[in-house]
Amino acid sequence: MTILSAFDIGLVVLILAVGAATIAKRDAFAAVIGYVVYGLLLAIAWVRLSAVDVALTEAAIGGGMTGMLLLGAVARLRLAKGSDARPSFPVRFAAAALSALVAAGLAIAVLSPPEAIPTLAPMVMENLAQSGLGNPVAGVLFVYRALDTLLEKVVLILALVGVWSLAPDSVWGGIPGLRVYAPPSSTLTFLAQLLPPVGIVVAIYMCWIGAKEPGGAFQGGTVLAAMWLLVMIAGLKSVPSISQRWLRLLVVVGPVIFLAIGISGMVLANAFLAYPPGYAKPLIVAVEFALTLSIGVALGLLAAGPPERVQPQ
Amino acid sequence: MTSFLVAAAAFVLTMVTLGLFVILRRWAEVDHMMVAQLLGTGGVAILLLLAAATEAPPIVDVALLLALFAAFAAVAFVRSASSSEQEVRETASGG
Amino acid sequence: MKLAFDILTIFFVSAGALFFLAGTVGLIRFPDPLTRLHALTKVDNLGLGLVVLGLLPQATGLFGALKLVAIWLLVQLSGAIVTQLIAGTVRHHGPHG
Repeated sequence: MTILSAFDIGLVVLILAVGAATIAKRDAFAAVIGYVVYGLLLAIAWVRLSAVDVALTEAAIGGGMTGMLLLGAVARLRLAKGSDARPSFPVRFAAAALSALVAAGLAIAVLSPPEAIPTLAPMVMENLAQSGLGNPVAGVLFVYRALDTLLEKVVLILALVGVWSLAPDSVWGGIPGLRVYAPPSSTLTFLAQLLPPVGIVVAIYMCWIGAKEPGGAFQGGTVLAAMWLLVMIAGLKSVPSISQRWLRLLVVVGPVIFLAIGISGMVLANAFLAYPPGYAKPLIVAVEFALTLSIGVALGLLAAGPPERVQPQ
Repeated sequence: MTSFLVAAAAFVLTMVTLGLFVILRRWAEVDHMMVAQLLGTGGVAILLLLAAATEAPPIVDVALLLALFAAFAAVAFVRSASSSEQEVRETASGG
Repeated sequence: MKLAFDILTIFFVSAGALFFLAGTVGLIRFPDPLTRLHALTKVDNLGLGLVVLGLLPQATGLFGALKLVAIWLLVQLSGAIVTQLIAGTVRHHGPHG
C-alpha cells in the first residue's frame, strides 16, 4: 500500500468521523460548525479525486456560504422556538432511514457501473481545442451543455425570489435582516478592509483562469459574495434594500447576457447557444464575467435573507 | 521526493485529525470556533504539499480558496456567537 | 542543484511538520481556551510558513513561487485577525461559553 493510499484512507475515515460527529451533536451551532469542517475536508477529497473545479466550489460553497446560511437559519430557529427543541423520535427515525436509503442507492450506483462505462470524455477532449478553451469542465459548462448552465443560473434567481417571498407583505422590497456583528469592533473592521481587495483580485483571477485551468464564474462569484457579506457584517456598508434598481440589475445581468448570446447564436451560428467559429472563447469569457457578478450578488442576497424592515423614508 | 511530500501531508492530516478530535469533543462554543483556524492552516498545508507531490499546480488555487473561506467561516461563527449572546441578553431583560 | 533544492525542501518541510506537531500538542494539553488558541494560531502558522519555505524550491516558476508566498501572507494576516476576534468572544462569554 503506497503512502498516497494511506493518506486517502485516513482522509476518508476522518470525513466519516466528522460526519458522524456532526449528526451526534445536540447543539445546532456545534452541528453547523461540524458541517463546515465536513465541507472543507470534502474539498481535499475532491482534490484527491482529480476534480479540482469541484474542490474549488466545495471549499467556497460547502465551507463558507453554506455555513453562513445555516447559521442564519439556526439563529432564526432559536428566535422562533426559543430553544433548541429536538424533533420527536419518529421524525428523526424517518429522516435517518431516508438518508440511509439515499446513501445506499448512491453507493450501489457508483460502485457497480455497467461493463462498458458510457463516457463522452474522450470526445470532449478531442474537440475542446476548437472552442479555444483549455479546461474541459469549462468546455462542458459553456459549449456542450450550455443550456444546463443557463438554466442553473436562472434557478439561482428563482431561489432568491423564493427566499424574498418569505418576507411579510408589509416589508416586501425592504432591507434584508442580515445580522451584523453587534459590538463595535475595530478588529473586524480591519479584517473587512484588508480581505475584500484580496478577495476581489482572487475572484477576477478565478473567473479569468477558468477558461484554461480549473476555476470559473461560479467560484469567482462565491468569493465576491463572501467579501460583500464580510463588508456588510462588519458594518462598513449598510445592507441595501432589495428594491434598488442596481441590485436587481446586477442579479439578472449574467443570465440575460448569456441568453442574449444564446439567441444571437441562432442567427450567427444556426443553433441556440452555438458560437460563431473563432468567437467562442471571447464570448464565453464575457459571459463568465457577467455571470461572476450576478452569482456574487445573488449568493450574497441569499445569505442575507428575506427583507425584515422597510427603508425609512 | 514525492513520497516524502505525501508522507508530510499525511502527517499534517494526522495532526489536523487529532486537533479536530480534541476541539469537537469539548462543549464550549469558543473552542469550536478554533476549527476554522485549524483547517485554515493545516488544510492549506496539506493541499500545498499535495500540489507539490502530484505536480498539479491548480491544487494551489484550492488552498487559496480554502484560506479565504476558513477566515470567512470564522467571522460567521464569531458573529453568530455574539448575536446569540445579545439575543439572550435582550430576552432576559424582557425585550 | 536539484539535490540541494531537495535537501532544502526536506529540511524545511520536516521543520514545518514538527511545528504542526507542537501546535497540536499545545492544543491538547493547554488548560484554557485562550492558551489553546495561542498555541494553535502562532505555532500552526509558523509550521505553514516553514512548509511554504520548503515548497518554494519545488515551485513551478516565479509565478508559482509568488502564489505560495501570497497564500502564506494571506493565512498569516487573516489568521492573526481572526484569532483576535475569537479571543474577543472568549472575553465576552467567559472561558466556558
